[in-house]
Amino acid sequence: MAAYFIRRVFGAVLLLLVVSAVTFAIFFLVPRMAGQTMDQLAAQYVGKDANPDTVAAVKKNLGLDQPLYAQYWDFIRQIFVGADYKFGPDVQHCDAPCFGYSFKRHIEVWPEIVSRIPVTFSLAIGAAVIWLISGIATGVVSALKRGSFLDRFFMSVALAGVSLPIFFTGMLALGVLTVQWPIWSDGINYVPFTESPLDWAWNLLVPWCSLAFLYSALYARLTRAGMLETMSEDYIRTARAKGLKESRVVGKHGLRAALTPIVTIFGMDFGLLLGGAVITETVFSFQGMGKYAIKSVQDNDLPIVMGVTLTAAFFIVFCNLLVDLVYAAIDPRVRYS
Amino acid sequence: MSEVSKEQTVGTPAAAALGEPVPAQRSGTEDTFLSVRDLRIHFRTDDGLVKSVDGVSFDVKAGETLGIVGESGSGKSVTSLGVMGLHHAAPNARISGEVWLDGEELIGADPEHVRQLRGQKMAMIFQDPLSAMHPYYTVGAQIVEAYRVHNKVTRKVARARAIEMLDRVGIPEPGKRVDSYPHEFSGGMRQRAMIAMALVNNPQLLIADEPTTALDVTVQAQILDLIRDLQKEFGSAVIMITHDLGVVAEMADKLLVMYGGRCIERGTAEQVFYEPRHPYTWGLLGSMPRIDRDQTERLIPVKGSPPSLINVPDGCAFNPRCPYADIPKDNITRTTRPELTETGSGFGSGHFSACHMSQEERTRIWTEEIAPKL
Repeated sequence: MAAYFIRRVFGAVLLLLVVSAVTFAIFFLVPRMAGQTMDQLAAQYVGKDANPDTVAAVKKNLGLDQPLYAQYWDFIRQIFVGADYKFGPDVQHCDAPCFGYSFKRHIEVWPEIVSRIPVTFSLAIGAAVIWLISGIATGVVSALKRGSFLDRFFMSVALAGVSLPIFFTGMLALGVLTVQWPIWSDGINYVPFTESPLDWAWNLLVPWCSLAFLYSALYARLTRAGMLETMSEDYIRTARAKGLKESRVVGKHGLRAALTPIVTIFGMDFGLLLGGAVITETVFSFQGMGKYAIKSVQDNDLPIVMGVTLTAAFFIVFCNLLVDLVYAAIDPRVRYS
Repeated sequence: MSEVSKEQTVGTPAAAALGEPVPAQRSGTEDTFLSVRDLRIHFRTDDGLVKSVDGVSFDVKAGETLGIVGESGSGKSVTSLGVMGLHHAAPNARISGEVWLDGEELIGADPEHVRQLRGQKMAMIFQDPLSAMHPYYTVGAQIVEAYRVHNKVTRKVARARAIEMLDRVGIPEPGKRVDSYPHEFSGGMRQRAMIAMALVNNPQLLIADEPTTALDVTVQAQILDLIRDLQKEFGSAVIMITHDLGVVAEMADKLLVMYGGRCIERGTAEQVFYEPRHPYTWGLLGSMPRIDRDQTERLIPVKGSPPSLINVPDGCAFNPRCPYADIPKDNITRTTRPELTETGSGFGSGHFSACHMSQEERTRIWTEEIAPKL
């Protein structure tokens, strides 16, 4: 088990390094292959009143005059030890973990990302709780009552849920609940949990449900398929032959096996959402990581794009690592192979 | 205990419907532990009504072994599931007939009551122990669970019982292996563990559904020995379902040959093996490999394939495959269903077979044409 754990952690770290290299290459190597010079890149950071001297200074300060591998090394190094950025006489120190400095906005990237994490996390965690409970519950009921009216009803709703994009359901919910029947009469605004847990939950309720609707539909279908398969397994027949109550047959023997693939998919979905629910955040105007990523792309603010991408990648890799470990805990056969 | 709402007096099953003869052991009803009468299990499917079991009757006494033999899809497994009340798992199943277990009728009984009997009074072991045991729970946990459903004991007591059972079925170091997962066991060990799980509550009826099919031949013999020993020790009634005549020859006191969801021959092992009176049974015996025969001789397969249970032939189910179908018979059309009738036998009474050919004709074919070739 320990060897399995170490192997997985090592793999995860390696994967993050690869992701960072690829991201770095996309943002620095690809433009250069397309003919962009380091001068042009540096000029982007200077702004409109660029004269050759300032461009040259910026180029030197950012290390853009060095070879790419050295730049990549600096990028990785500053995450762990921080970096200093010089502006003429001023020196701006960027503490570790330093994901770079946005010369467009004159801010460090990392604190900006950190300030947006609570919004994104609040959204993702709440929605995940809702979709796991509702999705798995409807999936199980559908599977057990296969072919019944309830099953057909749930699966029709699930089909709608999978098909309707969140910018439709989210906008619809927002319009109906703040304008048509103004239950949220002041609109929906993010309130930090530390300020007022009640307002936090109340304001997040609509975004949670919008996001969860999409996912619970998917999870209901997955759970239903998994349950149908599991309940026809031989070991379910054995459980019944032992004289177990049907509730125990379903709950302890059926569901546990049926949920194993759900754990895998949940890890990926949840990790992805921790990196920012781009559309949901945009629809509800929440200043989360997703919205921030979009904005920085539009502004062509490379250090921020890099920082956001790496953070998002970290969450995905981390969640998948967790999934691997949870998986080993669930299925004893995994531990030894 | 819920009351069974049946008018029949406990222990005396009603005369079977549709003129099927009541099995010969009727006189000995007091020691008959399981009595099945005219059992029918049909499944409604989109393609039609699947008549998996279509009027099967038999008796098993305590300490006795009944072998149910037949090809795949002949309804032998479904019969056992019907006895256990496990057909409920399929929502499209329709069951009729009577199942008397120790004086209680089960088909009309409250499913909750039948559930309490399952695993306690009647237990079952299955064909492939790897898929029949839950891969996520330890062998011990699964035995403990089986014990605790029917016994109000602590986990510790149940665990001690599980270790005791594992030891009894011959698993080395049971104290250690109790915490192993099924995939860490060999095939034979798994089947032993499966038997330990089935016998943990000392059931009086054990149904073994092809218990040795998935095992190596060397292990097969060990498992059969184990079942026989345990049967002697606990005095349970055993139903051995198999397509392997070798297994039945070794184990069974009585035999029931099934074809197309129906019983086509029934009797003691001696009667069915030494004086079979149904062409299908002849076919089964002819297709059995024998160590004492010249290897250059070919086995004789039963021609054709088993009937679809949706379209079982109206008359004799075996008719399309029967090599003697063309022999003229009196007052018989193709749609007349042959009834089980008692066969005169040198091995005492209780030998039934369902064939349109006359007794004399069949005795002649067996002694002159079939037996010399076997």
